[in-house]
Amino acid sequence: MPQIVAKTGNEAMAEAMRQINPDVVAAYPITPATEIVMIFSQFVADGLVDTVYVPVESEHSAMSATLAASAAGARAMTGTSSQGLALMYELLPIVSALRLPIVMPEVNRALSGPINIHNDHSDTFAARDFGWLHIFSENSQEAYDNMLQAIRIAEHPKVKLPAMVTTDGFIISHCLEKIEMLDDATVKEYVGKFPAYTNLLDLKNPVTVGALDLQNYYFEHKMQVAEAMKAAKDIIVEVGKDFGRKFGREYGLFEKYKMDDAEIAIVCLGSTAGSAKAVIDEYRAKGIKIGLLKIRIYRPFPVEEIAAALEPMKAVAVVEKCDGFAAKGGPLFDEIRSALYDKKKKPLTVNYITGLGGREVTHKHIMEIFDELKAVADTGVIKELIQYKGVR
Amino acid sequence: MATLKELCAREDRLTGGHRMCPGCGAPIIVRQALMAVKEPVVVACATGCLEVSTTIFPYTAWKTPFIHSAFENSAATMSGVEAAYTSLKQQGKIKDDIRFIAFGGDGGTYDIGFQSLSGAMERGHDMLYICYDNQAYMNTSIQRSGATPRGASTTTEPAGKVRQGKVMTRKDLTEIMVAHSIPYAAQSVAGNWMDLTKKVEKAMSIRGPKFINVLQPCQLGWGYPMDLTVELGKLAVDTCFWPLYEVENGVYKVNVKPKDKKPVADFLKPQVRFKHLFKPQNAELLEKIQSDVDKAWELLLKKEQCFGV
Repeated sequence: MPQIVAKTGNEAMAEAMRQINPDVVAAYPITPATEIVMIFSQFVADGLVDTVYVPVESEHSAMSATLAASAAGARAMTGTSSQGLALMYELLPIVSALRLPIVMPEVNRALSGPINIHNDHSDTFAARDFGWLHIFSENSQEAYDNMLQAIRIAEHPKVKLPAMVTTDGFIISHCLEKIEMLDDATVKEYVGKFPAYTNLLDLKNPVTVGALDLQNYYFEHKMQVAEAMKAAKDIIVEVGKDFGRKFGREYGLFEKYKMDDAEIAIVCLGSTAGSAKAVIDEYRAKGIKIGLLKIRIYRPFPVEEIAAALEPMKAVAVVEKCDGFAAKGGPLFDEIRSALYDKKKKPLTVNYITGLGGREVTHKHIMEIFDELKAVADTGVIKELIQYKGVR
Repeated sequence: MATLKELCAREDRLTGGHRMCPGCGAPIIVRQALMAVKEPVVVACATGCLEVSTTIFPYTAWKTPFIHSAFENSAATMSGVEAAYTSLKQQGKIKDDIRFIAFGGDGGTYDIGFQSLSGAMERGHDMLYICYDNQAYMNTSIQRSGATPRGASTTTEPAGKVRQGKVMTRKDLTEIMVAHSIPYAAQSVAGNWMDLTKKVEKAMSIRGPKFINVLQPCQLGWGYPMDLTVELGKLAVDTCFWPLYEVENGVYKVNVKPKDKKPVADFLKPQVRFKHLFKPQNAELLEKIQSDVDKAWELLLKKEQCFGV
């Protein structure tokens, strides 16, 4: 029977890991993700899991050991944040190229420098081109549900790609919320056995993993990753629907909140969506037709679906917690505008970069964004294409 | 120790046809080390000569399971494989008795992979790490590493008009591994099949982390005729430039004590990387290298005296 419990984002992810019961976890502490592996280590110490825990000496070794354990036929996991993810960057495209379906909780935290421990999305956005699936969560419940679904998606024979499931540092990771947890036996059945597509320990079929791949083959192997990423979209939708049928909470590529009759909309990720929904409800009460498109799947980027959902809008604000320093707006803004390029009727689209380094994104900020966006829709004029909201 | 006849009957786990240079010492080390293991072995390897020359897709020279992912993580990689094995074995999902050997060159071991190696040894994984130490980054054209000895000319610390190759002495990685209090650490040399076989056999009989540092003459990087590889290895030992010794649970044993310790110049002279040392103006540096070797040898003998059987 499912249980209603109070869990922080980190606790919810650690509980999901306990129920997934991976064969190997190799991890290294980093704020604000440390708690996940601390809690999990206690599960190991208490004999609640079959996991061999490898307390490595760096995140580089964490991902190296996780990669190798996965290649040895084990369901292997790790978890990290920010600088830790940055130290893993070298290995992330190797994991996807080797088609190892590792699932990793990642607690979004600003990248140094200057050093900062609070939330923004610069860490995983910088890792967007490495062939990993990126799944964002709005709250602890989604973090828990996404972890379980990520196993099914990543390990699907048509996907065979690694996945990171993210939460917003402190805002979700350390915030106590009510969530519904499935029982252990249900999760065990749901995640099933690990399909060891690559298995170094299969002595009858000795395999060479990580061969030198030159001009003759590299391109074809990268093409396979590209095709798997394309194929992943349908699998994500399928798994999300199945999760809904089984457990009552359906998931898609993104969430549309009051978009059906909306004239203007904001696009955002993670915890900002919670605040946006509250503001939308207030504005709706005043008769203003606004909506929200909350990105859940950032990789693969659901380009056609997003374009179709935003096309009917008069104006769209892309609100994101990352500046790619391209001097032309944030990475998500780029991609949303590119998605809309082929549409005949394009909404006026503006960009707000917010919340860097944990700067609070308040209801007031979101109200200002909606007010400014409404003015864009009403006048048909964009005064400022890219704005920084909340910066002094 | 397995007899030569027994060793010859064992399957070669690194086949011929790979693309290592003629006269390279590394495949000699790998083939002999793997031949010394009776059980099935999984091999991990750092990026480097050995990896790029034996795994050019779609070919592989490895007849045993092999994994490579990056340069600095051979030991961490093997940690993961060994952890997977331990977990699956504990759960009754596999039955085989498997052994784990990680290889790395000196660049991937002394330098960029140093932390990964130290961590894996400290955590106590059941694995043998073998460094094939050719004393420079040979795969990328002979750049200096932490293993490059004093006076050697490399492409990033070359001998020139005002400098005479590497200024500093090399890092003593074997002793650093001894300081990790692992159950077994040793030095061996390419070409001395009996010494290497004995050491790998001993390492395989011990559970936990083991380390063997094997000097590997490199005809390309050291600059000598390709048929002298084994000979140069022997000279490194006979001059005490590279002593063969082992430390088992803290107990030192020097395996070869040359009756007539040869001058280090006998080892240096055939090599292009040390050619400049034999100019009259570098006599002092040559003496310094000899005195370094003498001091290190005396110290090793004292350690054996104090911490031997």
